[in-house]
Amino acid sequence: MSKVTLKINGESHLLDVPPDMPLLWALRDTLNLVGTKYSCGIGVCGSCIVLIDGVPTQSCVMPAAGMAGMEITTIEGLAPNGDHPLQKAWNDVDVPQCGYCQGGQILTAAALLKQNSNPSDKDIDEAMYGNLCRCGTYPRIRKAIKLAAQYAAKAGVES
Amino acid sequence: MKVLDQKTGMDRRAFLKVSMMASGALMIGVNWASAALANELDGSTWIPNLYVRIDRDGKITIVSKNPEAGQGVKTAFPMVVAECLEVDWHDVNVEQAPLDDRYGRQVVGGSRGTPDGWDDLRIAGTGALHLLTAAAAGKWGVSAAECSAASGTIVHKPSGKSAAYHTLLDIAAKLPVPDVSDLKLKSRPEDFKLLGTFVPGVDNPKIVTGQPLFGCDTRLNGMLYAVFEKCPSFGGKVRSANVEKIRKLPGVTHAFVIKGTENLNGLMPGVAIVAKSWWEANSARNQLQVDWDSSHADSTADFNARAQVLSKEQGETLRADGNVEKALDSADKVIQSSYYYPFVSHANMEPQNCTARYHESGRMELWAPSQNPKSGRSLVSGTLGIPEDRIHVNLTRIGGGFGRRLRNDFMVEAAWIAREVGRPVQLQWTREDDMRHDFYRPAAWHHFQAGIDGNGRMTAFDHHFITFGKNGETISGAGLSPDHYPAGLVQNFRLRQSVIEANVPTGPWRSPGHSAYCWAYQSFFDELALAAGRDQLEFRLDLLSRSYGKPPLNLERTSGTLRVAAEKAGWGRKLAANRGLGMAFHYDHGGFVSHVAEVVAKGSKIQVEKVWSGIDIGPVINLSGARNQVEGCVVDALSTAQLEITFADGATEQSNFSDYELLRIDQSPEIECHFIQSDFPPMGLGEPPIAPATPAIANAIFAATGTRIRELPFNRSGISV
Ligand code: FES
Ligand code: FES
Repeated sequence: MSKVTLKINGESHLLDVPPDMPLLWALRDTLNLVGTKYSCGIGVCGSCIVLIDGVPTQSCVMPAAGMAGMEITTIEGLAPNGDHPLQKAWNDVDVPQCGYCQGGQILTAAALLKQNSNPSDKDIDEAMYGNLCRCGTYPRIRKAIKLAAQYAAKAGVES
Repeated sequence: MKVLDQKTGMDRRAFLKVSMMASGALMIGVNWASAALANELDGSTWIPNLYVRIDRDGKITIVSKNPEAGQGVKTAFPMVVAECLEVDWHDVNVEQAPLDDRYGRQVVGGSRGTPDGWDDLRIAGTGALHLLTAAAAGKWGVSAAECSAASGTIVHKPSGKSAAYHTLLDIAAKLPVPDVSDLKLKSRPEDFKLLGTFVPGVDNPKIVTGQPLFGCDTRLNGMLYAVFEKCPSFGGKVRSANVEKIRKLPGVTHAFVIKGTENLNGLMPGVAIVAKSWWEANSARNQLQVDWDSSHADSTADFNARAQVLSKEQGETLRADGNVEKALDSADKVIQSSYYYPFVSHANMEPQNCTARYHESGRMELWAPSQNPKSGRSLVSGTLGIPEDRIHVNLTRIGGGFGRRLRNDFMVEAAWIAREVGRPVQLQWTREDDMRHDFYRPAAWHHFQAGIDGNGRMTAFDHHFITFGKNGETISGAGLSPDHYPAGLVQNFRLRQSVIEANVPTGPWRSPGHSAYCWAYQSFFDELALAAGRDQLEFRLDLLSRSYGKPPLNLERTSGTLRVAAEKAGWGRKLAANRGLGMAFHYDHGGFVSHVAEVVAKGSKIQVEKVWSGIDIGPVINLSGARNQVEGCVVDALSTAQLEITFADGATEQSNFSDYELLRIDQSPEIECHFIQSDFPPMGLGEPPIAPATPAIANAIFAATGTRIRELPFNRSGISV
């Protein structure tokens, strides 16, 4: 077992986990943060994406023990009351079908909007390429990201 | 207003009976006879029926009975109740029901939720409103006929009196339950305020903030985690396994062999490993050594060879109208073509899992992402010998169904392991388990021959269908109805069937059968129209203009959807040389859907740019949910047309999204839906849009490239998307 202090959603957690345990399982089984989802376990579907120092990262292939000192944001920590522009847009466009992939989608989109406040379809396709959605919500993901960009721009103007 | 007179004998039980008679056998959901739930006050909550609860503080709760797998029922069903109850949607709290026999059918499948629920839900909402109206009228001494309701308030216009629902509970609870024939149920689109509008899913706030909802999100005190290894070759038994060694590995608490049963849909033999964390259980599995006893060695190569041989035989004739052979002989042109599609997997995003807690008293509790929890309960009961009334099943949100979770192997595995261990256990399959132990959509071969007369009309259709079965009978998902079109649309018709013996598990896959063979039919129609020198739309509308004997589908409604899709797509417009439009119609599970697809070709690489859909499922309940299903089906069709599952040595060769690559966002088309809001009763939409999507796209690919796709996946024809 390895002891490691992880900074998750702004809080520090001391964990004692198997040295090779991926962050995904540390989050889900040790910390009961189940918003991060398992689907492929090999880094190709994006269901398990979290932000590590702002970068979308597949938590199913990153050992938790190596992540001391990094800022980890899970879907629970993006904006717990659900008022992030992406969360609002996701609801208004009604993106989710089953919903299983959506945490990973939203976090990936959040990183995109941080870098590009007005993404084109092509920018979106490139950024979101690593996130599978079996239910086929892709057309709405595009729409919701653009709507979120508008919400964010409006909020920026108002504040 | 007529309220029920107890003396007439029309008591609550009678109401139940009446409601059953009025609406068919599936009406037991509105169980007004239930002692606990028939119109009464329970503490501060009024419970007029199984679906509605109103609290004294004004809180309105609507219960959703069916499992939610992304088909939108948890939003759509309560919308129907809210519409009839005359309450504002934002005042409604939605609650998921557990498995409870009083609700009748609690299944995600067959697109049947909406048609089956339609009467029950309207009666629940309208019946509750009826009581509230009677309560207000009685209180004010006015006629109920003069009262109206809106936004959770009963109003008496002549006197200007009004009362919020929650102020009427005490009076309402004392009233006799109304006769269902007194209830005026809203049924036409013009009656609706909420239905037909765009309503976001009720679980969205939880989904976008990562709150626990899904089966695998279940967390219980003292819970352990399990993996279960089954023989890669279907049906193999355990001779021996190194479980002593496994038990000593870090975190592992239990490791044992489960002898299992012979039922491919039930508890298969295997080895369970239970640990303090799932990661430790699965890590221990890497060191598991099992000596399997397996006798089956199905392979795709053998299936193909067998199909070759059978294609030369006649097969068994399932239907013969007129004289196909004579008609082919005398036809102006005879067109022959063969189509093949492979096995495919469901690939739900949430791998199979189930959480179980066994109580020493003999009670079993399950948290199951199951599309058919009732059949899961009976499987658990039969396999473990626990009476059904000692098994409680909680319905969790489901991370994708598509038919996979109509089978409940994961439920019985979790239940068995939890009883053995004596602690709550969550069984979580790996992606590899999920892909290798699916109930696949069966492959098939279609050999077509059709005759066309001098006017370009189809006069004969001969179809040799080669499919899979056991002991000569088709296996789950492998059959084809002899009455399926073009039977009934052509004078001389013959369907012949040959069956390949197979031991691979198969099952319903989103619009079972249709989602595969519609592509073959509608691609072949394209070939016929071309051979006849006719326009694709005109050829199809002509085909749908007459029937011989009982029509296999409603010709008018089908043509209607085709016309709408064609019109919106601008069928017939001039296109660049590397662009193409393709179309297809279909009918299944009560829904009529046609698509027109537009593709652009860059060499052998195709981009499906847009799909226009014409849909007739009667009135739309939730516009958002309905569109979501159409969009999802189109994407699913395009994704699946590029995938295949193959077998070797009795086992599945693919294992993860790295060798079964679902469609990604950059390949996803734009989809435009056009609903024909007819007056027919509403139908479900989880399935009907998928079948015609594959051929519309394939036909568009032909129009753009000249490549006729006769085998799936697309890459067999050198096409990539
Ligand atoms: S579960 Fe991590 S990328 Fe799929
Ligand atoms: S919404 Fe179901 S997998 Fe994306």
